[in-house]
Amino acid sequence: MIWDEEFETLPREALEAIQTKRLRTLVERVYALVPPYRKKMQEAGVKPDDIKSLDDLKRLPFTTKDDLRDNYPFGMFTVPLERIVRIHASSGTTGKPTVVGYTKRDIETWAELMARTLSCAGVHSGDVVHNAYGYGLFTGGLGFHYGAERIGATVIPISGGNTKRQIMVMKDFGSTVLTCTPSYALNIAEVMQEMGISPSDLKLRVGVFGAEPWSERMREEIEKKLNIDAIDIYGLSEIIGPGVSVECIENKKGLHIFEDHFIAEIIDPDTGEVLPYGEKGELVFTTLTKEAFPLIRYRTRDITRLIPEPCVCGRTFVRMEKITGRTDDMLIIRGVNVFPSQIEHVLMSIEGVEPHYQIIVDREGALDVMEVQVEVSERLFSDEIKVLESLAKKIERELKEALSVSCRVKLVEPKTIQRSEGKAKRVIDKRKL
Amino acid sequence: MKLEQISIFLENKSGRLAEVTRVLADAGVNIRALSLADTADFGILRLIVNDTEKAKQVLKENGFTVGKTEVIGIEVPDRPGGLAGILEVLGREGINVEYMYAFVQKSGDSAIIIFRFDELDMAIKALTKAGVRILKGEEIYAM
Repeated sequence: MIWDEEFETLPREALEAIQTKRLRTLVERVYALVPPYRKKMQEAGVKPDDIKSLDDLKRLPFTTKDDLRDNYPFGMFTVPLERIVRIHASSGTTGKPTVVGYTKRDIETWAELMARTLSCAGVHSGDVVHNAYGYGLFTGGLGFHYGAERIGATVIPISGGNTKRQIMVMKDFGSTVLTCTPSYALNIAEVMQEMGISPSDLKLRVGVFGAEPWSERMREEIEKKLNIDAIDIYGLSEIIGPGVSVECIENKKGLHIFEDHFIAEIIDPDTGEVLPYGEKGELVFTTLTKEAFPLIRYRTRDITRLIPEPCVCGRTFVRMEKITGRTDDMLIIRGVNVFPSQIEHVLMSIEGVEPHYQIIVDREGALDVMEVQVEVSERLFSDEIKVLESLAKKIERELKEALSVSCRVKLVEPKTIQRSEGKAKRVIDKRKL
Repeated sequence: MKLEQISIFLENKSGRLAEVTRVLADAGVNIRALSLADTADFGILRLIVNDTEKAKQVLKENGFTVGKTEVIGIEVPDRPGGLAGILEVLGREGINVEYMYAFVQKSGDSAIIIFRFDELDMAIKALTKAGVRILKGEEIYAM
């Protein structure tokens, strides 16, 4: 079902007229209200009046995660804090998170977008939505929650963790829709097997999975093990959270971008040049309707391509392929974004720890595990086991606190972590998605 | 009275212990006593050698993390209850043993035990008072 038939099936010309109008208003607003945008535009020699058509978008400077960090926490907001009704945050590249804010109208827009998203995935009123995305600063939990309520489904706000209890609840409450990360869905399937519960004991019909990249092979596995349709959803907190794009249940080929709210571009990550439809590059978004925290040409660092061909579902929006990689070194561990620079930041704050470390990511069963190897310098070394073990525990605790995801610290001999000439090889990702 | 012990950080992977002993052998350093403490990930090798400074230097040159700690060596009568008597002295004084390891002398009539205390000076005082013989460094290095 198409939630917002009028907008989701707009002819291209009408859509572009709306986008142009919204873009011009947006540029005027941020130029007037957000000093960092004004400064960047002045430096680039662009005035709001110069932006007359969609083609002029490429004249505007990019916005990056560094810009958000430099204006932490609220420096990029267009409205005073009194008008912000909700704050969310995601990982930053160092010690500080990336903060996003929503006005009352933004929350309304987001709920509408999530209603579209869930409808696109085949969810409707009468469904029981088992929402195992994390509730909290992470946008996943509340984003899905509002969307599911909006379409008149029954929401179970179970959040993450305690898998056996999740399965009991799904069985007893008759959940028909599962929303979580794809790796957690696989984990649920495995635990179900251990508990002797088969998919036919549940009423699950659809899963809407996101917050981490996953492959077609993983989709097949989830669909087989849980006997459901598995739908990919994309979003990032900076843009709005989940609800930026989603696959339709009819096709499951490419994620429809809600283009009346977001303009997508694909650029060459090195030159910044805009690439034509079909070419692979970095995904860049401009938000057209957000009030509190609009973004102009925000570089997502995600790599994909855009598919302009019409879709069988009837939506006219352009589609993006499943994300195939990143232009930076960000890792996604159990749905949580982790930057190696965050880990470095924590290690450097611990007396005596050398700046040599390596991150090894693997998958045990369906769950991501992260090991951080730290070299034992003479300053850290002790002849007593308990001293070294408590050191490893302390680093584990501090990393968990900073990253919001647990990891294992392994102490290794000095100089055993490979030193490279240029960029150190910090991450070894052994996961096969 | 105090002895110098060197300790070496070892990852649990095959061949590492052999490398330590080879480096020491090539430098002509003789091992008097040793103990290895291990966890799932790593081990700590503790050694008493005839030339602490040289051992430390060659191991460092070969990339090992080396520490130096003061311990004491005690001569314990090689008969039932020999060690118990000494530990009772320490227990009475409330002195905690961090770790210890033993070896038997060539002559075979007494054992040598290496003790690591947090409060080394207190331990020496208590043991001396109880008439326990604490070996001099030279006695052990030269054994």
